[in-house]
Amino acid sequence: MTNWIRTTNNTKINLNDIPTLKIRELRAAIIEEKKRPIGFFGKDWGEGRVKLFCILADDKNSQLLVSSALFDANEKTYECITNEIPAFHIFEREFYENFGIKPLNHPWLKPVRKNQKEYPFFEMDGEEVHQVAVGPIHAGVIEPGHFRFMCHGETVYHLEIMLGYQNRGVEALMVKKPSNQLAESICGDSVIAYNSAYSQVMEALKDIHISDKAQLIRKLALEMERAAIHIGDLGAIAGDIAYLMGASVFGATRTLVINTMLEFSGSRFGRGLINVGGVNFDLDKETIKRAKQTLLKVEKDVVRMCETMLKNTSVMSRLEKTGTVSTERAQETGLVGMAAKASGLDLDSRFDFPDKWMQKLDIVRTPIQGSGDVNSRFKLRYKEIKESISMIKKFFLELENHQNEPILVDSNVPCAKDAFAISIVEGWRGEVVHVALTDWEGKLSEYKIKDPSFNNWYGLALAVRNNGISDFPLCNKSFNLSYAGNDL
Amino acid sequence: MTTIILNLIILAIIPFLMIGVIKKTKAFWGGRKGVSVWQPLYDFVKLLKKDFVISKTTSNVFRLAPSIVICSTITAAMFVPMLYGKAIINIQAGFIIFAYILGLGKFFALISAMDTGSSFEGMGASREASFTSIVEPAFFMIMASIMVLSGNFSFESLTKVLDSAGSYGFLIIIFAVIALFLMILIEGSRVPVDDPTTHLELTMIHEVMILDNSASDLALYTWGNSIKMFLISSLIANLVIPSTLGTFDALLAYLATILIISLAIGTVESAMARIRMTHVFEFVFIMSSFALIILSLVIARMFGG
Repeated sequence: MTNWIRTTNNTKINLNDIPTLKIRELRAAIIEEKKRPIGFFGKDWGEGRVKLFCILADDKNSQLLVSSALFDANEKTYECITNEIPAFHIFEREFYENFGIKPLNHPWLKPVRKNQKEYPFFEMDGEEVHQVAVGPIHAGVIEPGHFRFMCHGETVYHLEIMLGYQNRGVEALMVKKPSNQLAESICGDSVIAYNSAYSQVMEALKDIHISDKAQLIRKLALEMERAAIHIGDLGAIAGDIAYLMGASVFGATRTLVINTMLEFSGSRFGRGLINVGGVNFDLDKETIKRAKQTLLKVEKDVVRMCETMLKNTSVMSRLEKTGTVSTERAQETGLVGMAAKASGLDLDSRFDFPDKWMQKLDIVRTPIQGSGDVNSRFKLRYKEIKESISMIKKFFLELENHQNEPILVDSNVPCAKDAFAISIVEGWRGEVVHVALTDWEGKLSEYKIKDPSFNNWYGLALAVRNNGISDFPLCNKSFNLSYAGNDL
Repeated sequence: MTTIILNLIILAIIPFLMIGVIKKTKAFWGGRKGVSVWQPLYDFVKLLKKDFVISKTTSNVFRLAPSIVICSTITAAMFVPMLYGKAIINIQAGFIIFAYILGLGKFFALISAMDTGSSFEGMGASREASFTSIVEPAFFMIMASIMVLSGNFSFESLTKVLDSAGSYGFLIIIFAVIALFLMILIEGSRVPVDDPTTHLELTMIHEVMILDNSASDLALYTWGNSIKMFLISSLIANLVIPSTLGTFDALLAYLATILIISLAIGTVESAMARIRMTHVFEFVFIMSSFALIILSLVIARMFGG
């Protein structure tokens, strides 16, 4: 018997085909594979038993490895995997928090979303050492999160991040009453990514194939979202270092992009655009023409402002060598998405798990060079904005070949019984993973979401080490992680 | 008597206008319309009408500090030559009294920030204190050098540098203007040293110290800070305006200099990003090095050929 079943993105497999091992065997198999985890979650298996599912990503072969282990009612501990593969640390903490099954020898068994009052944290001792506590309520329009800095003078030695203040029980709600409206409300800055992932996972379970036109519109919206948020983030970085001109120009440019989205779907963030079975709004010729003109202006403005900033010494002295995460560290701790790319890891699920369009439209991966500092995250955003705009142009062009296709197909069919499906969508922040399981009636029995922030918050903690405490906001903006996506 | 009245009127209005002009300039460079130049004055009046919120962890120091800060700032202002190079109180070595009375205010601002017990405010106080400790000797060096040169130790002798020192005076004035301009940026908590508009407590210097202050306390602090910027600008104005100008011309020249300084501050704020906190010291030391240059110029003039 093999330890793993191999599957691909947006494909349904039978729940019974997933190997069920003993946790000891699963642990050995995980350590042997040495691949990065994208899912590690339990499910109540009745009679006090818990089934642990583990999904690994084989990025090189565009495959996903799935396996599981069953814990009996009296089995309450296991030897942790984190000490062998550090990227598992957050997954094991989450599993422990939800099911009380303790990973033994885990180095940092801190709560993920619950029980913020008392938790273990790394502490420094000494007469000149001081702690600075920030949050959970912050100035401005920032989501809640608690930051505890261990400082000596102005230098930060360690940052302890405590989240979970926005835990709304989204995963349970998804099982109870799944809908597009719910999916797109989970994380307000990744509406398209979340809604696409949800729709794709449901389409896989229902065996629906959507039209080419709908696929293109979805991909187009995803790139619009990426461009819009990246431009906003560049503005936020400029604002943090008090570079006024950047903040103003990027702020105005972002509005152009999200207003184009408004023309597409009636919502500036693309709410209501995507539905299971396709998309709700068609793009007519006039809209596409206007959008093309707007994007031309957007590209021009972004290029001009970015080049100005990259030439400004006072700006560069703030961005360079601030908040560095080395490639090794990023790999070890399992960073994903933007944070990983900026640190020189080539992780992009658009190319790792490509669909037919990538090849057909000749969209290729461009090499990443990143030293992992704020500067490389700034430049990565700049690069991705340009790439997204050129992708959107290709999608517009391709849309002309699919004029007469329907945008929405009937999705009122039941889900497959005892099925398991994974959907990965590369949102602007990184991979958004949705996993859905159905029971013997074909109803959703488990829904698991992994936001890139879930992996990357620890990356932020690493980034601020040995930096001035006054550079924390800048590091934070350069990551721009989600609280809602992490807290769920 | 007219000097007193004129100076007091200027003190009440020009500091607000300076902030207003800086904001307008920043809005211009940012492609915005911006608020009226009178807005800082309106904000001041609005804050005076508001109710206090006072933290339970604070003591009387916190409640006293704003009054002491504003009193010391206004008292210090009495010694500064303003319009027509006239100070309300003109005595020998006025600049030392000026600096130390301002220092008294700053001391109370610092301990009031510490009094709140907030780790942010402690951090802000420590930053402010360390930068001030470098600015102060540089300021003394500049002023003392200039006064040695003119042979008169009253603050008003600033106006006579141009007349008394010839080409050396010219050089000294250029360096002194730059050094004092840097002092405005540092003491006034402007970009690139501090960012007056940020909401990020961890990056603030001056703003974080007054985070707990509200209503008229906050109003007094902001007024005090803008007065400080104005006073240094007034020193610059008196350095560059020749004493030979007529009454009306001198008034125009004085106001124009203050306006130009405000525009310059706004432009610097728009064109530059903030310096990293650990590098602010290097920026502050630029002022010290200019002070040393002035000192050496004075020595060269007095003992050289």
